Amino acid sequence: MNVKKINDRVDDPGVPEQWQMKDERRAFLARGVALTAGLVASAGAGTARAADTASTEIPPWSKAPGTPMRAYGMPSRFEEPVKRVAATGYAKVSPGTGSSLTPLQALEGTITPSGLHFERHHSGVPDVDPIRHRLLIHGLVRNPLTFSADALSRYPLITRTWFVECAGNSARNTGPKPLQVTCGMLHGLVSTSEWTGVPLSVLLEEAGVDASAKWLLAEGADSAAMSRSIPLDKALDDAMIALYQNGERIRPEQGYPMRLLLPGWEGNMNVKWLRQLKLTAGPHHTKDETSKYSDLMPDGKSQQFTFVLGVKSTITRPSFGMTMEGPGLYEISGMAWSGSGRVSRVEVSTDGGATWAAASLQGPVLSKAVTRFRLPWEWNGKNALLQSRAIDERGNVQPGRKAWTAMYSTENRYHNNAIQTWSVNADGSIANVYL
Amino acid sequence: MFIFDRRVFALLSAFLLTACATADSVSVPLGKGPGLGERATATEIALADISIPPSGEGLPPGGGDARAGVKVYVAKCQACHGEKGAGKPADALVGGIGSLSSASPVRTVGSYWPYATTLFDYTRRAMPTTAPRSLTSDEVYAVTAYILYLNGIIGETHALNASTLPAVRMPNRDGFIDHSRIR
Repeated sequence: MNVKKINDRVDDPGVPEQWQMKDERRAFLARGVALTAGLVASAGAGTARAADTASTEIPPWSKAPGTPMRAYGMPSRFEEPVKRVAATGYAKVSPGTGSSLTPLQALEGTITPSGLHFERHHSGVPDVDPIRHRLLIHGLVRNPLTFSADALSRYPLITRTWFVECAGNSARNTGPKPLQVTCGMLHGLVSTSEWTGVPLSVLLEEAGVDASAKWLLAEGADSAAMSRSIPLDKALDDAMIALYQNGERIRPEQGYPMRLLLPGWEGNMNVKWLRQLKLTAGPHHTKDETSKYSDLMPDGKSQQFTFVLGVKSTITRPSFGMTMEGPGLYEISGMAWSGSGRVSRVEVSTDGGATWAAASLQGPVLSKAVTRFRLPWEWNGKNALLQSRAIDERGNVQPGRKAWTAMYSTENRYHNNAIQTWSVNADGSIANVYL
Repeated sequence: MFIFDRRVFALLSAFLLTACATADSVSVPLGKGPGLGERATATEIALADISIPPSGEGLPPGGGDARAGVKVYVAKCQACHGEKGAGKPADALVGGIGSLSSASPVRTVGSYWPYATTLFDYTRRAMPTTAPRSLTSDEVYAVTAYILYLNGIIGETHALNASTLPAVRMPNRDGFIDHSRIR
């Protein structure tokens, strides 16, 4: 794949500045393309290099002892290009404000490695000392209480596999022209972890919630003191104060030493570095639930408090940046999720939505978790338009791009769960297209 | 053999029942914690309790108007938000009123934010981004007044304080539809 050509397309003057790639992202693409191309074609740079000597020599790693044990393992050095890509809107004034995206196109299965979980920070990652950190629960409660991370670790813990998705995920697909960037660059503000923590209902029971309380204000210990209002019924239903992510303590980028998890609800509400829950009668209308994360509609009105993430899916392989290696059997692989519960069905089209086939779902299919879907596909070498469409257990159907776009103002960037289309071209290249 | 099998089954059943009974005797109802929360002190709560809802409850003493606010703005805000709130590199704070239903809506504090209390709350908790919580209450009131003045929402000498700030009516106050009950 010709990297220069990709860059030319991305730097289209018709693409507004905010959708164009910054230098660091461009550099990543240059590094990453060769490897991701190998993923779908199963004959990328690594395979070609090995093929030169594979049959004639015993490889060096088979003829000398390997390296000793190490205290904390890391991926193979050959996987170095598989990284998050940072998108910083205010790099000069606040380099820690922005996001970094999970490289979905390079991953399989359902769990996101903790080091590749997407990031969204409003003023960088605080270096929270767990000894000094406390969670305060106050407001309309009988017993205002504080909890240390140590104390919470002694509570009965629960373990759940849940996705977290930023409400701004897939915003790059809301611009006037489709960007030619990887699946992760488009949709990588969603990640899945196995979370372990304390049900919030247990702590609220201990604090004694007053009958007049209907909402909570959740606040983080970062220097933006990120705050969101949350309906009490969600907090009592399935909210968790998470302490562990994929078996180890939560990573600093994900809220160490504790974060709020509201499964299925927009990521911004899952407040990281959680330090305060104030029980209140009504919402506070914080900056991030009024000026941000509200959905502007064509008539100038906005939908506010649109918490539940819509049913969604995307094909991760094949996708932009990979190259098809001629006609033959390929596996279409992707991920599907819904904020309303389980994914019940995923359909795949190779003709731009004219006909659909049911993909197989990799079990166990969990509620409010990403489900992997797969479908074998015999590519005939001609142009194909690949789409996936998810349906959840409540009957919600992922909308097409036109239907989604019609609901909102052209300037709305939030809650985009529209169907993704990849054009597989006869020359083996793959493009992001709007249908 | 049949009888033997039945005896083994009976023994197994008794064992399993005993095991279950043992587990039951040490279990506690779900949703019960060990009660390790420590009573929060008034000082702890006061230090943390900085959020301001639209009612203005919790607003601190002090006040300021746009004439005082311009000095704060130029010194602490302008480098990121531009001259007179025009924006760049950070968000524009001024303009766009009446544009929301147009083909090119512009969302700023003036055109979009439904409550003036949110501007005070966010400025106090998070701004300036390099030194949050460094502004005095008077400075936060004053710079809030300056932003609202630039947007034509209040006059230059309109002093904001705990009673006048919540009374400010923002242009897009009725522009939001509550979806919090839609699940």
